[in-house]
Amino acid sequence: MATTTELSVTLNKDEILRYSRHLIMPEVGMEGQQKLKAARVLCIGTGGLGSPLALYLAAAGVGTLGLVDFDVVDYTNLQRQIIHSTADVGRKKLDSAADKLKGINPYLNLRTFDTRLSSVNALELFREFDIIADGTDNFPTRYLVNDACVLTGKPNVYGSIFRFEGQASVFATEEGPCYRCLYPEPPPPGLVPSCAEGGVLGILPGLVGVMQATEVIKLILGVGEPLIGRLLLIDALGMKFRELKLRKNPDCPVCGTHPTVTKLIDYNEFCGIRGEEKPVSNGVPEISVEDLKRRLDAKDDLFVLDVREPHEYQISNIGGYLIPLNDLPKRVNELDSSREIAVHCKMGGRSAKAVAFLQQAGFKKVVNVAGGINAWAERVDPRVPKY
Amino acid sequence: MSKIHIPTPLRQYVGKQADVDVQGATVGEAMNSLVERHPELRKHLYTDEGKLRAFVNVYLNDEDIRYLQKEATVLKDGDNISIVPSIAGGKF
Repeated sequence: MATTTELSVTLNKDEILRYSRHLIMPEVGMEGQQKLKAARVLCIGTGGLGSPLALYLAAAGVGTLGLVDFDVVDYTNLQRQIIHSTADVGRKKLDSAADKLKGINPYLNLRTFDTRLSSVNALELFREFDIIADGTDNFPTRYLVNDACVLTGKPNVYGSIFRFEGQASVFATEEGPCYRCLYPEPPPPGLVPSCAEGGVLGILPGLVGVMQATEVIKLILGVGEPLIGRLLLIDALGMKFRELKLRKNPDCPVCGTHPTVTKLIDYNEFCGIRGEEKPVSNGVPEISVEDLKRRLDAKDDLFVLDVREPHEYQISNIGGYLIPLNDLPKRVNELDSSREIAVHCKMGGRSAKAVAFLQQAGFKKVVNVAGGINAWAERVDPRVPKY
Repeated sequence: MSKIHIPTPLRQYVGKQADVDVQGATVGEAMNSLVERHPELRKHLYTDEGKLRAFVNVYLNDEDIRYLQKEATVLKDGDNISIVPSIAGGKF
């Protein structure tokens, strides 16, 4: 992945001292460090994956780092997004990241893009960089990044995580596969939970993000064996690493021999119309947390069903009867269908599914508590912890 | 006997196991045995028409079955089947 401009890039005495531990290795040396300095890497997302990724690339001496993020630091980010600290809560992630990155390496040419990556801006943006590192958190953007990388000819250093498992690979090189060769279609919305719903082991994006940084550096230096055509599967709980072979699909609509996707599409639509599951909160009768409180205070005959997991009940509860969502089919006979039942979970998603299930099972008086226990904590009883 | 590796998002449907032992002469038979034993898993892996969903890949040892004989791929004793769904968590 050597660029042709590295020869015009020089290192001053200070930089030579800074990178001495790189320079004394033949795999890097002066030439390698110059390649790093000449390289331009775009990091999409400065969150879980983006944090360690950007930090290590800055430390390693990558010359130009682009950051794309429109988001603001949230308190719940601090458990894993280590580029941000407590004092940064409420700040734009770009500003927070910029401070830390320039603090590590003042020689860094940092370019920030306070925008949501979209079909309108992606191609133009990618053209200004050599390598793209994907640290995003949703399917539409992953497909967008992939397609834009293939169309602009830039490698896509991919990492993704879920709870305590991760994946890493390098897509969109000329000879190698792209993301669509592996997954031609996204899952229907609602099938794979986000980190807010499913949780994530804080260290996991650290592990995977640094693997991404490693692959970026290897591509720049042209050393080692990059994860091209290889999907690395990381199981942090078992500390097991497995590898699967990825092949370039000759029929791939984006990178195959007869591509049908030659420009960027509407990715939200792509991920939505393929969905066989409709968003479950549509059409399910709801009750607001305020109304729930009013009715409970009035001692109405309202049965509160909590469909979260036992460990969540221990974090916070409003005294509801606990039947975890997945156990509901087996335990539905514990419920009295003649009573009115208000179902809640953490945020309203799982409980909506529970209500739909109960309706199909013949329960006529079920309602979903919109916003879940978190809405209750926010608007009704602040003594109840949010999580 | 082969082993099927169950990815995290789907473990809740197989009683939280990470690996399931199955019998079957082919990948298709082994997968079918899996979803018969754990019927809640079926709709996450297969469409109503019985086709493997496009966002789920199945590997025999380290090879994608799409590049072997798909579900007709023959199994040997001790083979490992991996179900690899797409995951997207990263920043959030």
